[in-house]
Amino acid sequence: MFENIGEIVLLFWRTLLSLPVAWRQRQKVFDQFFEIGNASLLMVCVLSFFIGAVIALQTGPVLVERGLASAVGGIVGISLAKELAPVMMAILIAGRIGSAMAAEIGSMRVYQEIDALRTMNINPVHYLVLPRLIAIAIALPMLVVFAILVGWLGGAVVAATNSHIEIPYQAYWSNLRDVVELKDVANGVFKSFCFALIIGVVSCHQGLATIGGPRGIGRSVTKAVVNSIVMIVIFDYVLTRVLLQ
Amino acid sequence: MSATMTNQAGVGLQVRGLRKSFNGQEVLKGLDFEVKPGEIFVIMGPSGSGKSVLLKHLIGLEPPDAGEILINGESIQSPEIATKYRLAMVFQSGALLSSLTVGENVGLYLAEHRLKPPEEIARIVAEMLEDVGLKGVEDKMPNELSGGMKKRAAIARALVIEPQLILYDEPTSELDPLSAVVIGEEILKLQRRTHVTSLVVSHDRELAFGVADRIAVINEGRILTIGTPEEVKRFDDPLVQKFLHADLKHDSQQKSL
Repeated sequence: MFENIGEIVLLFWRTLLSLPVAWRQRQKVFDQFFEIGNASLLMVCVLSFFIGAVIALQTGPVLVERGLASAVGGIVGISLAKELAPVMMAILIAGRIGSAMAAEIGSMRVYQEIDALRTMNINPVHYLVLPRLIAIAIALPMLVVFAILVGWLGGAVVAATNSHIEIPYQAYWSNLRDVVELKDVANGVFKSFCFALIIGVVSCHQGLATIGGPRGIGRSVTKAVVNSIVMIVIFDYVLTRVLLQ
Repeated sequence: MSATMTNQAGVGLQVRGLRKSFNGQEVLKGLDFEVKPGEIFVIMGPSGSGKSVLLKHLIGLEPPDAGEILINGESIQSPEIATKYRLAMVFQSGALLSSLTVGENVGLYLAEHRLKPPEEIARIVAEMLEDVGLKGVEDKMPNELSGGMKKRAAIARALVIEPQLILYDEPTSELDPLSAVVIGEEILKLQRRTHVTSLVVSHDRELAFGVADRIAVINEGRILTIGTPEEVKRFDDPLVQKFLHADLKHDSQQKSL
């Protein structure tokens, strides 16, 4: 993975340089955006609901035992907003959308469709990479906001209904509002924006670097997902350190 | 179609001392040849002789290790080439974009470069598809077409560019004899109508001798001979003669020989 970092940074830079032609690619951006949202919304909903639920389930009984039951809302709220929603959704999207990007571009590479674009003087970065990168950079933060809200709801349902916790909805939401500030949600959204760029550029790079036949496409898909997840985890630490300052 | 064609004069192509290696293995070993404007030039040779690699160099997809490729005297690597001359390539597989309809594929060049309004593009696409015998397939996806139809759609896509140089990579491979003849006729029709310079890479002997003005025979990255079809047929080189006359012999025939 690390031997390709130079190429990945170069691709990212070339994509940034192509931003002035983004408006011309708006239909493709919209198509990709729809694809990402359509493919991921239900999964995001289920995943985030149960993440919120399991945090409440894990922390609730312990806090109740120590007389800190009211803190459940804050713990679920802050952990989802700052860490779990952005990271888990980024991993989900890396698996669902990053793999699709690498497979689609990889198969275009193997079956000479990218060569065909070049012979028509159509820049593959403008045509393929830019729309995908813009779409994922808009879609993932939106999905993360959605995931945070659904995750909070999951935590609230478990906190209210589980016999070991039984915190009223009002107390849960009241504590969550006290603890979670808008900047915590903004931190999570900013992280997810960075993760989206990582997934987009790593997956497109893997697709463009595909060699060989169907086996090569398979290798690219695997590498796109694994490399994206590794980079997400590393950048999560770096961004958390920076945002804590 | 003539209404949509402008400045169709074919370009001249010169290849000088072209060399290319992959992983230390030399694939092109110093090729020199010239294609005249408006000519149909066929490069023949067995599989693995370097034909497709040569074609990628000629369209600028691969940079050479040494030597140069000139279009009307200007290097193919020059950034102005793409804007100054219209070059097109028909890939072996057709290389139609699988996510687009046939019509969108054919009109892609015009749409992406915003050369015509959408209604005009639709009209040109319909015209080009009709020209190659594919009337009414605009809304089909590439995977709904047969191999021969895909190649004809790829020719239509190349025609939209109004090319001055068109490269064909194994245009008749994987086609039945009838479809191969249709493709050969398309190559001839296009050249007669537009005087485009055509360079065909193929190991199909019938296609080569049917359409070529001149033929180059290539083997292991070297050109063995260049000449008119008659000159090549007469060329007295065992490798060339073996390639030109290789035929499957049934056991009984072999025994009787």
